[in-house]
Amino acid sequence: MAVTTAQPTRPPSGATPAPGGRRSRGATSGIHGSRWTPYLFLSPFLLLFITFVAVPGVLGIWISLHDWDFLLPNKPFVGAQNYADLLDSGSPQFEAFWNGMKATGIFVVISVPFLVVLPLLLAILLNRRFPGRTFFRAVFFAPFVLGVAVVGLMWRYLLDPSFGMVNGLLSALGLPGDTAWTTEQPWAWISLAAVTVWWTIGFNAVIYLAGLADIPAEHYEAAEIDGATPWQKLRYITIPGLRPVLIFVVVTTVLASANMFGQSYLITRGGPGDSTRTAIMEITDLGLSQYRMGQASAMSYVLAVFLALISLVNVWALREKKS
Amino acid sequence: MTNTTPRPQSPLTPLSRRTILSGALGIAGVAGLAACGSGSSGVPGQAPAVSAGGGATGYSGPKVALQFWNGFTGGDGPFMKRLVDQFNTEHANIAVSMNTMQWADYYAKLPAAVTAGKGPDIGIMHVDSVATNAARNVIQPLDDVATALKLSESDFAPVPWKAGIYNGKRYSIPLDVHPLGFFYNKAVMEQGGLDPEKPPMTADDYMAALETMKGKGIEGHWASPFPFTGGLSIQSLIYQFGGSLFSDDAKQVLWADDAGVKALTWFQDLVTKGYSAGKIAQDADIVALQNGKTAFNWNGIWTINTLKEKSGLQWGVAPLPNIGGTKAAWAGSHQFVLPTMRTPDENKQVAARVFLNWISTKSLEWAKGGQVPARNSVRESAEFKALTDQATLASQIDDLHFPPPVAGIGDAMPEFDKAVNAAVLGGQDPKTVLSDAAGRATKILEANAKKYGA
Repeated sequence: MAVTTAQPTRPPSGATPAPGGRRSRGATSGIHGSRWTPYLFLSPFLLLFITFVAVPGVLGIWISLHDWDFLLPNKPFVGAQNYADLLDSGSPQFEAFWNGMKATGIFVVISVPFLVVLPLLLAILLNRRFPGRTFFRAVFFAPFVLGVAVVGLMWRYLLDPSFGMVNGLLSALGLPGDTAWTTEQPWAWISLAAVTVWWTIGFNAVIYLAGLADIPAEHYEAAEIDGATPWQKLRYITIPGLRPVLIFVVVTTVLASANMFGQSYLITRGGPGDSTRTAIMEITDLGLSQYRMGQASAMSYVLAVFLALISLVNVWALREKKS
Repeated sequence: MTNTTPRPQSPLTPLSRRTILSGALGIAGVAGLAACGSGSSGVPGQAPAVSAGGGATGYSGPKVALQFWNGFTGGDGPFMKRLVDQFNTEHANIAVSMNTMQWADYYAKLPAAVTAGKGPDIGIMHVDSVATNAARNVIQPLDDVATALKLSESDFAPVPWKAGIYNGKRYSIPLDVHPLGFFYNKAVMEQGGLDPEKPPMTADDYMAALETMKGKGIEGHWASPFPFTGGLSIQSLIYQFGGSLFSDDAKQVLWADDAGVKALTWFQDLVTKGYSAGKIAQDADIVALQNGKTAFNWNGIWTINTLKEKSGLQWGVAPLPNIGGTKAAWAGSHQFVLPTMRTPDENKQVAARVFLNWISTKSLEWAKGGQVPARNSVRESAEFKALTDQATLASQIDDLHFPPPVAGIGDAMPEFDKAVNAAVLGGQDPKTVLSDAAGRATKILEANAKKYGA
């Protein structure tokens, strides 16, 4: 396929343009190139998307309609049974699944507000001009480059109720140093949320920073002339100006929190009891250590539908209200 | 890192095998899923069993290269590597190359590799994974090896030997067993007013010792709420109280019976009666023993090497005390397996069997890594008895218990672990949590029976 973006412009002398202009019938090229050009540019990603998202997505639905173990020759078709089982309290996976959904819900509710608000405050701080700004931006972003295994392991040691450094420091300061950070509720949830905030605060902050840079400085100047307080500037300029960014941050943060796995897997091991076993943990366990891939796929789709609905609600709730 | 197979050797080891299995299998297992997209048509297991002497007659064919996969990432890895090197030197026409990875990765990769026809020629498996992998056609029957090598029950400790049989066929040859043992910190015992050379070995003595130490402000036996080591301790106690985790056919879950309730109650009482710190995290029990905070810890035999590395620590090891009335202890076992080949190569199959037989007779070297050899001739040798710590724990060999060799039996264990956690950490009623867990586990076993056609 020829990509002919370099077609020379004809001199205007006497040349009559074809009726309908240059982009008339059959003409698949022109100053904007072949009409296949955009698809050519898209194709590398499209290929990845088809291979790793579209095909597994469709295959997953197919798998969820079977009793599927990829090594067993017999994969009986069970129709919607795997979905029905999720609503049947007598099935083996009912309790585990809804307990996982509940744990996931709790984590989303307690972590998302902090993951949305704290990075915003941080971004506003880091958006001011002061010496060492770039350094601090890097410092706050740094934990995000760590893998979950590093973060989980490190905090498991730091938060150890008997020998951890957190309790050690607290008692050195004369505060109670016997909090069971990882083995008692509500401390386990508090620890998981705090670790997640520490870990990912920089990511959302960077996105906010980009958004802040797009808000014209004139708006603030005008507000100052009108005598606006810092709160009013935040409320009436910064937050409305960040609305598209905010929608993005809220939606992706909810999804990220709903997919929490590594932190509770490494730090609390799903405990105390099974209180921090998230839906993803249950799905992983069922699909990849019990090899019940059909049931696990069905769970994944139920979770995905929940998350899609919640994302829609988020977008709707944060939409620009026409006055 | 000094963490090793089979279980964490270092107390700071973050991930025990089982937990890592249940979860991290997932991560690596994604690769398996991806592979199944194209590879599921090539179901392994149809290959005819290669016998050709089963390895007894040696191997005289052309030079072959064998792949040997295992999860000996810790201190035991070098011991196995030494054995492999020695084998290669003695066998000019067989070159075994050893590939070591985390157990979790290993268990996830192996089925995928076998499906893709890229599996290793030789592998190692924990005894409770053998049946599942046999049912899923990941490994091949080894009856020919056992027959040809004239291996029989009398050559091995009966417990690990019988554990390699699934559906009437032998799928694995035992290498070692790794039982739970009773480790004690002598300095703390002395400080607590006990004779450090006389660890308590009966229920009454044990409680008296804990009470004495409590009088001196020492919490003598930290009770871990996690599978390592709380779950293993309670499993041992259930057998001691005359119970079992499962019925022999694995159709029933028995851990909520009287023995189970007694076992969990005894363990929970360690916390409620003040013999243990409460709300402790993973591995805190063995760390506390090393730091001189507690005196007793029931832990795996691999702990021998961990404690040896700690200079200045005065410690001892004994078989588990008999709390329940019957001598019993939890144990795991490494077993040799031969993964299924999509396109079997006769020469390689024979050579692999030669390797397997050779190494099974050389397991003394292996014992130094912190294991009890499964083969009687090695375990009863003077050389092994010279390894006094290992030999002490080896005395439990006939009192060890494994879960029944039923496909998918490991799927039920997380439910038990949840119950232990809820009782020890959450202080919930043992009978209730065990019954609830047994109810869930029964459903899982029923689903497994249907799936694997048992």
